[in-house]
Amino acid sequence: MARRGERASSLGSRAVQVGFLLGILALWYLATNRWGVNRLLLPNPIAVWQQLLDVLKSGEYLPDLRITLTELVAAFALSMTLGTIVGFFVSRTRYTIRVFDPLFAGIYSIPIILFLPLYVLFFGLGPASKIALGATISFFPIVMSTIAGFGNVDRTLVTAAKSMGASDYQLFRYVLVPAALPVILSGLRMGFTIALLAIIGSEVIASLAGLGHHIVQLAEGMDMARMFAYIAFVVMIAALLNAAVSFLEARGRRRI
Amino acid sequence: MNPALRQFLLRHGGVVRLGVVVLLLIGWEIAARWFVDPMFISPPSRVLLSLGTVWHTSGVPAALRLTLFELAAAFAIAVAIGLTVGLAVGLQPFARHSLMPIILLLYGLPQITILPLFILYFGIGPASKIAFGVTHGMFPIMIAIVAGVQNLKPILLVSARSMGASRWQILRWVIFPHMIPSLFAGMRLGMSGALLGVLLAELYVSTNGIGHFTTMFTENFDPTKLFGLVAILAAMAIVLNEIVRRAETRFSRWR
Repeated sequence: MARRGERASSLGSRAVQVGFLLGILALWYLATNRWGVNRLLLPNPIAVWQQLLDVLKSGEYLPDLRITLTELVAAFALSMTLGTIVGFFVSRTRYTIRVFDPLFAGIYSIPIILFLPLYVLFFGLGPASKIALGATISFFPIVMSTIAGFGNVDRTLVTAAKSMGASDYQLFRYVLVPAALPVILSGLRMGFTIALLAIIGSEVIASLAGLGHHIVQLAEGMDMARMFAYIAFVVMIAALLNAAVSFLEARGRRRI
Repeated sequence: MNPALRQFLLRHGGVVRLGVVVLLLIGWEIAARWFVDPMFISPPSRVLLSLGTVWHTSGVPAALRLTLFELAAAFAIAVAIGLTVGLAVGLQPFARHSLMPIILLLYGLPQITILPLFILYFGIGPASKIAFGVTHGMFPIMIAIVAGVQNLKPILLVSARSMGASRWQILRWVIFPHMIPSLFAGMRLGMSGALLGVLLAELYVSTNGIGHFTTMFTENFDPTKLFGLVAILAAMAIVLNEIVRRAETRFSRWR
């Protein structure tokens, strides 16, 4: 009986969620078609849908997508390598953890996007400044979770492996890495997500190409329906990338 | 190494941390003075000395005041919305089950993609910065409050009700004190969210906020002033973070 009630209420929740989305779509439609909201402020949802299909079909997003993805991959590769290596060496003694961990946490509490003008000054408007900013921003969660992961490995595990005669490599491969991996993986996922945000953000603010740049271009051209469609497209790409990374994280956890 | 000094350093990690920072600054100073084009980088000593001139550049104090005002307004609105929606959604299990996924979905969207829309709707003045700060700040507050209300033990509610507490009394004496720690945790996240939103919008386009001055200093290849302004802003961010963090530890002490 209780289960049935739960089922009914979860069905009810679904209904509310679907109703919420449909309500927003209906309001949007009515606002543009009946209440005469200016097309320049809010394009018609049907026009947006057609534009979205057109964007997907035309493939005009490919150059922008390639640039943004290249920037993302380069930034993430940099921050992942540096973050895990630095994190591992900091985590080797309690003392270095005590010295460096608050330092990273302190810098991380500053909104690093502030330094975007400096990055543009150093690296120009091209992809280099996006890669550098994305790498900087995603470095901190990765390094801090690496320190937390390696730093909190159960001492008894390490002692036991050592007393059974494990070599340094064996200790690293079969004890430290499996014990630390879950924490490191969640840091990597967080780093990936904010690297993507930082890169799209800096493309919106100052850039020559990329997905974020294209949105701004359409906004400045007042091509509203296409811009809404492009925003939806970029949101979809971001959601897909995040879902892929979450999937990889779950798989990595199971592999241990 | 002298054993006494060694003992001292081992006990005071903070001194070593400071030493690391000083070493980095010295490295930067050497690089900026002799190795890198002065068009792009400025040594920290010069930046420090120029803080006064940055402050006296006409318009900079007003721009900082404007940014602080935008942040305060955005934060206040975000807390008000976050608190109201968080309580409304969190106190009702049905509302929580049905609306929480929508809130999480919205929070997960990359809001930066709709920044041009904010400018279009709210103009290039402070309103668009405040609005963008609100949308960045309100979701963490909402989520923290929903989580905080959820952890409330039902027995407390039942016993308060059975002792004849009114709705308002339950809210004031049971729910509210329990919510305080998560409210402040949410406010800390909301503060950094609001700051991020305001700064992003400022950097994207602004006519007289700090975004205007960072762009101007960059375009004039005046790194000394740019570093100075960024340093002032970073100090501001650290102070704000620290205030909210102190408040958080202070108000969650009753547990």
